[in-house]
Amino acid sequence: MLEIHDLHAGINGKEILKGIDLVVKEGEVHALMGHNGAGKSTLSNVIVGHPAYEVTQGSITWNGKDLLALKPEERAHEGIFLSFQQPVEIPGVSMVNFMRAALNAKRKYHGLEPLPAADFLKLMREKRKIVELDNKLANRSVNEGFSGGERKRNEIFQMAMLEPTLSILDETDSGLDVDALRVVAEGFNKLRTPQTSAIVITHYQRLLDYIRPDVVHVLIDGRIVKTAGPELAAEIEQRGFDWLKPEAGEDKTDHI
Amino acid sequence: MMRSEQQYIDLFTAHHEALSAHSVPAMNALREQAFEDFCRMGFPTQKVERYKYTDVAEAFAPDYGVNVRGLAFPVNPYQAFRCDVPNLSTSLYFVVNDRFYDDETVKRPSLPEGVIIDSLSRVARERPQLVEPYYGRLARSSKDAINALNTMLAQDGLFIYVPRNLAVPRPIQVVNILRADVPLMANRRTLVVLEEGAQLQLLICDHAMDDHAFLTTQVVETFVGENAHLECYELEETHSQNHRFSNTYVDLSACSTATLGSITLGCGLTRNRTDVTLSGENGEARLIGAVIADGEQHADNNTLIDHRAPNCQSTELYKYVLDGSAVGAFAGRVLVREGAQKTTSQETNANLCATRTARMYTQPMLEIYADDVKCSHGSTVGQLNDAALFYMRQRGVPEDEARLLLKFAFVGEVIDSIHLPALRDRLHYLVEKRFRGELGRCAGCGDNMKCGGERQQ
Ligand SMILES: Nc1ncnc2c1ncn2[C@@H]1O[C@H](COP(=O)(O)OP(=O)(O)OP(=O)(O)O)[C@@H](O)[C@H]1O
Ligand SMILES: [Mg+2]
Repeated sequence: MLEIHDLHAGINGKEILKGIDLVVKEGEVHALMGHNGAGKSTLSNVIVGHPAYEVTQGSITWNGKDLLALKPEERAHEGIFLSFQQPVEIPGVSMVNFMRAALNAKRKYHGLEPLPAADFLKLMREKRKIVELDNKLANRSVNEGFSGGERKRNEIFQMAMLEPTLSILDETDSGLDVDALRVVAEGFNKLRTPQTSAIVITHYQRLLDYIRPDVVHVLIDGRIVKTAGPELAAEIEQRGFDWLKPEAGEDKTDHI
Repeated sequence: MMRSEQQYIDLFTAHHEALSAHSVPAMNALREQAFEDFCRMGFPTQKVERYKYTDVAEAFAPDYGVNVRGLAFPVNPYQAFRCDVPNLSTSLYFVVNDRFYDDETVKRPSLPEGVIIDSLSRVARERPQLVEPYYGRLARSSKDAINALNTMLAQDGLFIYVPRNLAVPRPIQVVNILRADVPLMANRRTLVVLEEGAQLQLLICDHAMDDHAFLTTQVVETFVGENAHLECYELEETHSQNHRFSNTYVDLSACSTATLGSITLGCGLTRNRTDVTLSGENGEARLIGAVIADGEQHADNNTLIDHRAPNCQSTELYKYVLDGSAVGAFAGRVLVREGAQKTTSQETNANLCATRTARMYTQPMLEIYADDVKCSHGSTVGQLNDAALFYMRQRGVPEDEARLLLKFAFVGEVIDSIHLPALRDRLHYLVEKRFRGELGRCAGCGDNMKCGGERQQ
């Protein structure tokens, strides 16, 4: 279970998250929506421990552990995965070596031996199928020369490899064509278990038609202003966010 | 203050006769002139363009022993044999300090008829016509103090000769071993002659067997005949007490090709000068280099590619990864002379400084006196990519490991461009060990084993 309490965080002295409270229970899928610049990616980055962001107040616990005290790699080993909004390319580091290093580091953290080479390659093959990732891509350097959509598909492939218990999908749908979106979303659904939970960040209902969220949150200017059931996403699609903005006058200075 | 030069002048004056007595006429013939040149020039200061980044006089100031009487240093070559690059199945030769080593324990690999790999002084004595036309012709003592000093003091070295139209089937591996009980200066000389149409693959490994301070001068002169093809890779795996000054000269005749690789995995102070002359049409020179340095290590590569003939190609790729307080320097000058039309040349130097205290100097230079050419050059100095680092950590790769993967990927481009598959594989392995800090002084010899530890006295 992920528990975020009164989280304030920012970058270079600029506050972006202004008091977030969020609880994601085992097995739940939460959708997070909100206009550009609201702080959705910032929240994702803070959860996974991006060193550029500074937490000034509040707490995040994960299954009772103080997440903020863990290094990014330890958070990953504890089962947290972020599908990045803009995955970087890493020339010269092959997907195979990268995934091997990641998987074996996690195994080591949990007291397991490295996976034998043959088993590892078999696992790569199996997981590739889930998101229909081309073998050619899996043999290249990480994201090098991948198209926008291919990168997103590759994120979910890595998720499949690492079997996280909390997945954060930061606009994984953007850049995917209609068919790819279906494949990737169905792949994501295949990976779900009653023990896994997810935070799905999106601007569109489309993805949520495949991945049915249990809860929908709206983040505006660093705060969650509304939480409701899946019907909220449909309403936002219709009406936008303006009707959800805090009362005029309340927060004016922050908007300028 | 005593000038650094003085002790070498004194040494030569005092031991001139012994130096000559333990060498051969072909080498002795240039000794006096080299001495005069050295006295006239002295060591270059850092104001001299090609020595901007290395303080030569300082490196030569300490008092090292010089083995003027050619005494043999016993080593166990089978110890050194482990420096072999496995699966490469090379023909193996040794040079200990500055002498070709072939006592009765060393097996002589069998070579095709006419190919010579032997002691330079022996060949010069027995078949001077093979040495005299070449010795000192490229490495002029009047032009460079290291050339002068080496020519003054060198008594032996390595001679490689491949006759016309012959391809040496297996790579030749030369293991240079530094071995001493006191601080030692070694002056090594190498002459490589490929006749028309000849082919050779050469791997030279530099090792230091003892913890003593070493100072080496090395002069390599390489003649690549028309249509001949040379691949030569030099791998240095010495230690922080080693000071290496190496000058390599390569002359390429028409339609010949040369790949020259220089990999510095471990060093103290290393200064490599590489001068390549494309003197015939349709020649091709490919220079690659990688430096991995940390601590107080200093690695300076200085290259000149001299396009004298039309229709030649040259490419150059050097990459450095500097950690700790290491200092790296790369100065690469490409000179396209008048009349060298249709030259294509590409020069790249990319560097990674993994710490704030590491320093890199990079200076690619293009000088063009012909109008129909295609030349480019570029250099970069950067840090590890933070976004990539974080991406990897998010997936669970520990920070140190992520750094290592990025450094490894960076240097990988150079290693991947090596044509010998077994050497390429071995270097990937050695480079990874080097970054993990698991490389002993001489890791080619086997895991966690120090050569010196099992030395036979
Ligand atoms: N590294 C940074 N330096 C300065 N400002 C930043 C940085 N990262 C984020 N911000 C600012 O923080 C605010 C929130 O950005 P964030 O990326 O979290 O928004 P988002 O909700 O994910 O938006 P989008 O829907 O466009 O992805 C924005 O105003 C952004 O400009
Ligand atoms: Mg975002």
